Amino acid sequence: MKSLEELRAIKEKMKASVNDRNENSDKIKVVIGMATCGIAAGARPVMQAFLDEIAKRGLDNVTVSQTGCIGMCKLEPLVDVFLPGEEKVTYIKMTPEKAVRVVNDHIVNKNIVSEYTIGSAE
Amino acid sequence: MYRSHVLVCGGTGCSSSGSAKIRTEMENEIKKQGLENEVKVVQTGCFGLCALGPIMIVYPEGCFYSRVTVEDVPEIVSEHLLKGRVVTRLLYKETVTENGVKSLNETNFYKKQHRIALRNCGVINPENIEEYIARDGYAALGKALTEMTPEGVIDVILKSGLRGRGGAGFPTGRKWALARTIVPDADQKYVCCNADEGDPGAFMDRSVLEGDPHAVLEAMAIAGYAIGASQGYIYVRAEYPIAVKRLRIAINQAREYGLLGKNIFDSGFDFDIDVRLGAGAFVCGEETALMTSIEGHRGEPRPRPPFPAEKGLFGKPSILNNVETYANVPQIILNGAEWFSAMGTEKSKGTKVFALGGKITNTGLVEVPMGTTLREIIEDIGGGIPNGKKFKAAQTGGPSGGCIPAQHLDTPIDYDNLIAIGSMMGSGGLIVMDEDNCMVDIAKFFLEFTVDESCGKCTPCRIGNKRLLELLNKITDGNGTLEDIDKMEELCHYIKNNSLCGLGQTAPNPVLSTLRYFRDEYVAHIVDKTCPAHVCKKLVRYEITDECRGCTKCARNCPVGAITGKVKEKHVIDQSKCIKCGACMDNCNFKAIIKK
Repeated sequence: MKSLEELRAIKEKMKASVNDRNENSDKIKVVIGMATCGIAAGARPVMQAFLDEIAKRGLDNVTVSQTGCIGMCKLEPLVDVFLPGEEKVTYIKMTPEKAVRVVNDHIVNKNIVSEYTIGSAE
Repeated sequence: MYRSHVLVCGGTGCSSSGSAKIRTEMENEIKKQGLENEVKVVQTGCFGLCALGPIMIVYPEGCFYSRVTVEDVPEIVSEHLLKGRVVTRLLYKETVTENGVKSLNETNFYKKQHRIALRNCGVINPENIEEYIARDGYAALGKALTEMTPEGVIDVILKSGLRGRGGAGFPTGRKWALARTIVPDADQKYVCCNADEGDPGAFMDRSVLEGDPHAVLEAMAIAGYAIGASQGYIYVRAEYPIAVKRLRIAINQAREYGLLGKNIFDSGFDFDIDVRLGAGAFVCGEETALMTSIEGHRGEPRPRPPFPAEKGLFGKPSILNNVETYANVPQIILNGAEWFSAMGTEKSKGTKVFALGGKITNTGLVEVPMGTTLREIIEDIGGGIPNGKKFKAAQTGGPSGGCIPAQHLDTPIDYDNLIAIGSMMGSGGLIVMDEDNCMVDIAKFFLEFTVDESCGKCTPCRIGNKRLLELLNKITDGNGTLEDIDKMEELCHYIKNNSLCGLGQTAPNPVLSTLRYFRDEYVAHIVDKTCPAHVCKKLVRYEITDECRGCTKCARNCPVGAITGKVKEKHVIDQSKCIKCGACMDNCNFKAIIKK
């Protein structure tokens, strides 16, 4: 170790991973429906797409978790996005491609992707 | 990126209840379900709630699973990790409320804690230096080497008010300042770490080494810079295999990353650390004995002065600090002296780790600000005394300390208050005793320990403590006289005043403090020939009451055939044959046998 910069570089690299180990309420939460219905409809590749895109952009304020069946199995894969202090947004019939767009538009740029939301289906 | 982190405790407590197997099973099960790229399993240090081990925490939800078994693992993986359904039956019951799951930090056990020395225990993988760096690790060393002078470092430690956590409470900054200046032309100095944790019931140093070994290495390097030393030694008990293993891994990683070795942070400062194993002698926790042992000699203390700051290890100026003391240092350097001195009481700053043991619900490790009362620690954090028993005393300071009775439960704990009430901080072992503990027997227990561990070099300790123990035995055997109490007190003061090292100087403390607060129990043993708590064997009688149904179970279980009686009639114990083993009482189904 020859400089503080080197140390800082390691810290930056590892920060996101270790910071996940606390219950921080001011983080953005992505919750994916992963009951049998969700998995059968393809929730796993959707989750992978979220994880990959978040890692690619180095976002350290987002957690990805999963939840069980919420009853609207025909709309699976369902994904809820919680921005701190805002109403939850529910996306339906998600695909890996849609996931990438949700990360870009909603999580990074704070623009809800209306055409994917549950409201558009009704 | 991993969406979920599964933290499995790898401290000694949880390891002994099988956490390593649980971790392996977890990894296998996660692979089986194809989740290995999404879920990361991390082995961490101690979470503190050892009574509920093996412990597992799953993030981001923060679910605290307690008493996990290998059989539970497939359920946790398929339900929680795969489908996101928390396995409620395994949750720590304090975190389960009507409105769902409560955060761990809001439970009584964690709410009043403030973790500085234990900040990384149970959070990072102690075998991965990068996780330590992610939590600001080695930033304090970087700051000290690139922005501060050695005098500046000492000044910060001095102003922070940090005192030795090993027990005596000597100001750390003063120790460092002495070692820096007392021998101006020293060619070599040493930084030593005392990890020879020997007090019965204390295990905070072990937990820090197991859970956050890099914090100790970083602090030792900072100390080396401050006093002008290039070599450090960690003296650790060989009975702590997990701690030794993780220390060695940590030292190798730090060398690999150039955080130990030559020219650290390109500052021209060289520092390296070696581990020395202690063979388990209690006296080797005393600073001069410890240094003698590192030198390769028999671990015996030597007179002071000269103090180690002047003539220590290999005759060179040396400092010795305790593990917990070091664990505070990087945080003080990073956050400043004011931050640290804002916590605690007037003369005792910061926090202290206590190892809770004995008759207490939450056996484990807690870190609280100095000045927290004993009542808060025992009742709020520790969850009180199990089985509805009444509190009798708390023993602090191990064999050097004393017993604190109920009337002092509301004393704010710091170094000076504890000494004022006849005990001492010691390393922070806190053993809780209820009405079933005999205080004379407790004094005997600790004195037996020190008699056993006395190195034998000086007469007051070697012979004096032995004679003191004989007097105690006389009393618990029912042969004591009231003059014996006076004799004991006189002997105690003689031993304290004339012993060579801390071991002998403090060995009579358990006797003195129990005499001070529980003299009536001594008198009961001597005058009434009874042991009020029914502990001392020679003074206890087992008797069969009228509840006896004559089932003959006690007679069949008595190893010496002391119980006689006919079927369906009350049985009788022959007191001349009875060896007071208690087997009859344990086996009686009708609670018809009592101790008197």
